[in-house]
Amino acid sequence: MNNMERPLTEHILVNGPPLSLKEYEKTGGYEGLRKALKMEPQEVQEMVKNANLKGRGGAGFNTGMKWSFVPMGPNAPKQKYLVANGDEMEPGTFKDRLLLEGNPHQLIEGMIIGAYAIQASMGYVFLRWAYKNAAAAIRAALKEAYEAGYLGERILKSKFSMDLALHTSVGRYMCGEETGLLNALEGKRATPRAKPPFPQTSGLFGKPTIVNNIETLSCVGHILKNGPEWFKGLSKTSEGGTKLYGVSGRVKSPGLWELPLGTTMREIVEGYAGGMQDGYEFKGALPGGASTDFLIAEHMDVKMDFASVMEAGSRLGTGTMIILDDKTCPVGMLHNLEHFFAQESCGWCTPCREGLPWTEKILLALEEGRGKPEDLDHLAFHTRYLSPGNTFCALAPGAMEPLQSALKYFKEDFEKHIEQKRCPWK
Amino acid sequence: MRRLPHKRAACIEALKVVQRHRGWVSDESIRDLADYLEMTSDELDNVATFYNLVFRKPVGRHVILVCDSVSCYIMGYEKILDRLHARLGVRFGETTPDNRFTLLPIPCLGTCDRAPAMMVDDDLHRDLNNKNIDEILDQYE
Repeated sequence: MNNMERPLTEHILVNGPPLSLKEYEKTGGYEGLRKALKMEPQEVQEMVKNANLKGRGGAGFNTGMKWSFVPMGPNAPKQKYLVANGDEMEPGTFKDRLLLEGNPHQLIEGMIIGAYAIQASMGYVFLRWAYKNAAAAIRAALKEAYEAGYLGERILKSKFSMDLALHTSVGRYMCGEETGLLNALEGKRATPRAKPPFPQTSGLFGKPTIVNNIETLSCVGHILKNGPEWFKGLSKTSEGGTKLYGVSGRVKSPGLWELPLGTTMREIVEGYAGGMQDGYEFKGALPGGASTDFLIAEHMDVKMDFASVMEAGSRLGTGTMIILDDKTCPVGMLHNLEHFFAQESCGWCTPCREGLPWTEKILLALEEGRGKPEDLDHLAFHTRYLSPGNTFCALAPGAMEPLQSALKYFKEDFEKHIEQKRCPWK
Repeated sequence: MRRLPHKRAACIEALKVVQRHRGWVSDESIRDLADYLEMTSDELDNVATFYNLVFRKPVGRHVILVCDSVSCYIMGYEKILDRLHARLGVRFGETTPDNRFTLLPIPCLGTCDRAPAMMVDDDLHRDLNNKNIDEILDQYE
């Protein structure tokens, strides 16, 4: 285990200061950019595509492939954008914070390479308001990068020029949704946009735009520097790279670890997180944030990669697990989750605006002992009618994932609330 | 602003500047800003009221934002909240009579391995329990 590679986090000092430009350069930083600038933009796209880097924000789409949808060549729009999505607001998710606070140049290098690959002349880091230390780290790193000639006119004396700026949000979960984020950057409400057109052809201010997650972009410099085969070799599956895995809840050592993609849930929960605290038993886990389906004890040996978790009936999502223990009421937990989603719904489409508060109210009624047998049918009804295709964006379908799986795995617990006319955990 | 194609694109930045200096965003500020950004007051208010952290009502000298999301729920944030209610005598959305604290809920603060968590102004406080919460509050006059 000792010689396991952790390219994204090995130089980060937890709770220490971020890597300065000098320190980052000493670790081989910006070598990937130097290589990229000697390649054709499409070659850079191709290299990242071959590394099979899947989007770390949760969707798991091949990053190089996403870049390849941007119009290129002399007839393409002159103005294009690259945006780093640092609006980490998925409940239970705390991975991008470490990368932003610990190694901002790693992100900036990835962004410059990404911008070069799609020939974008402007980039934005979209950061959630709560990450005050991250904002300070990025501002300082941007200043250093400009002074050293990594940003601005004719980067490293090449023909490529770009600017990069920080936008700190004023808070709303919808800002993490790709098109909602673009509306927020334009100074509008962060409601989703209809697709098509996709942002790759018509995004920020109507121009071709790529939005990538912080962890995704932080991988890019390493891919350029060490090659796609090296990147694929970091993983235990066909999907390339390492992954930041996190565990929160009643485990002995909650935390965050960079591990090969495809590490099993057992290795993470029982190994790195030290297993459950004394007096608590594992009941289930949301594998990648609030909007993923529960996995239970029988899934402990599932590999935590995009394909394997999907096969097990859930999604890898952000890779930060939330553990449900036997002393926590699953209905209460679901009520907490649906309260969040109902509150954060932007109200743009009716099923989400009306459906989520309804599920929240039913769950509260169950918790308070006012539940009726038909309530379970109403909850199941919502999981069907708020599923993908019935709503404008992924918020409501995401909200239904923990609910539909809880109804499947913890149905008895719901029924007990109705039979006993109270929460058995209180 | 020089990088933006039109003035109104800077409206969220402008709201942040006003709030930083005044503590909150009044109707009067909305009107003044809207004129400057070449949009109507309604258009600007439409944006201002969408976001969680633009305050359209006055707040106290310090704003306490208590994470009410799932990991903090599992780790017992409700006990922290009870303690805050008892100590401050206010519920969510209210300000103490001495104008010292405003208490608000906030979605996940992204520090779930050290739940429960809250922010007071720009400071993040983690691993909260009934003992350290009093010490934390004492830091803010």
